[in-house]
Amino acid sequence: MTDGWLLPLLIMLGKSFLVIAALLIYVAYILYADRKIWASVQLRRGPNVVGPWGLLQSFADMLKFVVKEPIIPAGANKGVFLLAPFITAMLALSAWAVIPVADGWAVADLNVGVLFIFAISSLGVYGVIMGGWASNSKYPFLSALRSAAQMVSYEVSIGFVIITVLLCAGSLNLNDIVMAQDSKYGLFGWYWLPLFPMFIIFFISALAETNRPPFDLVEAESELVAGFMVEYSSVPYMLFMLGEYVAIVTMCALTTILFLGGWLSPIPFAPFTLVPGVIWFILKATLVFFMFAMVKAFVPRYRYDQLMRLGWKVFLPISLFMVVAVAGVLQFAMAQGWR
Amino acid sequence: MNVATVFFYLFSAIMIASAFMVIAARNPVHSVLFLILAFVNASGLFLLMGAEFLAMILVVVYVGAVAVLFLFVVMMLDVDFAELKQGFLQYLPIGSVIGIVVAIELLLVMLGFTQSDAAIGAGAAPIQANMSNTEALGLVLYTKYVYLFQASGLVLLTAMIGAIVLTLRHKPDVKRQVIAEQNARTRAGAIEIKKAPSRAGV
Repeated sequence: MTDGWLLPLLIMLGKSFLVIAALLIYVAYILYADRKIWASVQLRRGPNVVGPWGLLQSFADMLKFVVKEPIIPAGANKGVFLLAPFITAMLALSAWAVIPVADGWAVADLNVGVLFIFAISSLGVYGVIMGGWASNSKYPFLSALRSAAQMVSYEVSIGFVIITVLLCAGSLNLNDIVMAQDSKYGLFGWYWLPLFPMFIIFFISALAETNRPPFDLVEAESELVAGFMVEYSSVPYMLFMLGEYVAIVTMCALTTILFLGGWLSPIPFAPFTLVPGVIWFILKATLVFFMFAMVKAFVPRYRYDQLMRLGWKVFLPISLFMVVAVAGVLQFAMAQGWR
Repeated sequence: MNVATVFFYLFSAIMIASAFMVIAARNPVHSVLFLILAFVNASGLFLLMGAEFLAMILVVVYVGAVAVLFLFVVMMLDVDFAELKQGFLQYLPIGSVIGIVVAIELLLVMLGFTQSDAAIGAGAAPIQANMSNTEALGLVLYTKYVYLFQASGLVLLTAMIGAIVLTLRHKPDVKRQVIAEQNARTRAGAIEIKKAPSRAGV
């Protein structure tokens, strides 16, 4: 046995820890930003007590959850009940193994990176279903049933949107997809402009896939108390929240990679291209998250039948048509020798 | 033993154990969860073989969609476990006979299996080095096997239409929503502003 694999393994572990640490700190401030943005829209102050301007609020919340007592309902299916939050948090974090935050800066540069993220996000529904079922309680169960239908429905349109991007980029590798958007037109060469309707559909489907308002029927407080999380407390609850917010950040990063040119500079000449790619990436992902937060503040919650109608009768036909149209245009362009 | 071998045995062992637990678990929801674990490990085995596209599609399609719907159905069944176990001894003889017959057939097939000389060279052609797995699959699927591919799609479509036809009921007395009508409502038709003088009412 040689030691040839030990060093790569250690480097891989180091990279993973680095990514997770950076991600968790980012998520803590995303949570803070979410509450602050929501508060400003409603003319409130938001969290402003812990630390300067309330900057340490998320850490205080984490400490509070950790020292609380975890309560497991007597009728609950204990194993599945405790497994659900772990699965949610673990799956959400594992998607970050393939996301490149700058040229080549990914823990694993997979050939099928997009499919990997798509697979991981489609597994996200298990945490919700298992949590809802194992709680052995009415509201969590209803919420689990809703979420299963909702997340499976919106995955379909997300899949078609991803296919149109893949057709344009000609690769499933996330790094290649970003490099395919590199042109002399800067931000007008990124895919959000040529694939504009798909960008909107992807954004809305991402909201639905991560159970963000206005599609948070999974935890509609006015109908289901708190949805599948009703019976959870302490660390398991925190893991659910963590998984949810990491999944949101993943969707923001995926939007950035697929439509907003990843780490590329929006203005393709000297002073701007010298800025490190990772800074552009974080700025763009934060911009997408800002839109997520504004949607939460502005738009009232959808009714369940409206949600299903939007997914199956509006997004599915449009995205299916766009796949055919984009493929046709690309084929025509290739036949004319433009590409 | 290299790393790939270690992972091969890890995935295989977990897969066989969870496949066993699918039939051994008492709670049907646990059975489905073990089935999902088996699927995930199967996709791990695909990855080890270098079939990364198949591995991911297995997770997306089977684990992400089919098993979710399956779990959905099993969760809603109100199964009485005592009743389930009641008929066990009654069906044991016929069940074991069927099991033994299948096992013997499997053994016969496996023992009688030989590879003809012509088949040895004609096995799976290696993928060219400059081509990804996905690209290679797409090339044969959409050129050589395009009719079979489309036909299998049509078979699935038929199944879907059949399921819809069997279950769709339009009850005449149920009030249905017409979204176009709802969206076409204007301020003028929907609300009426009235002055309500104090102490007089409307």
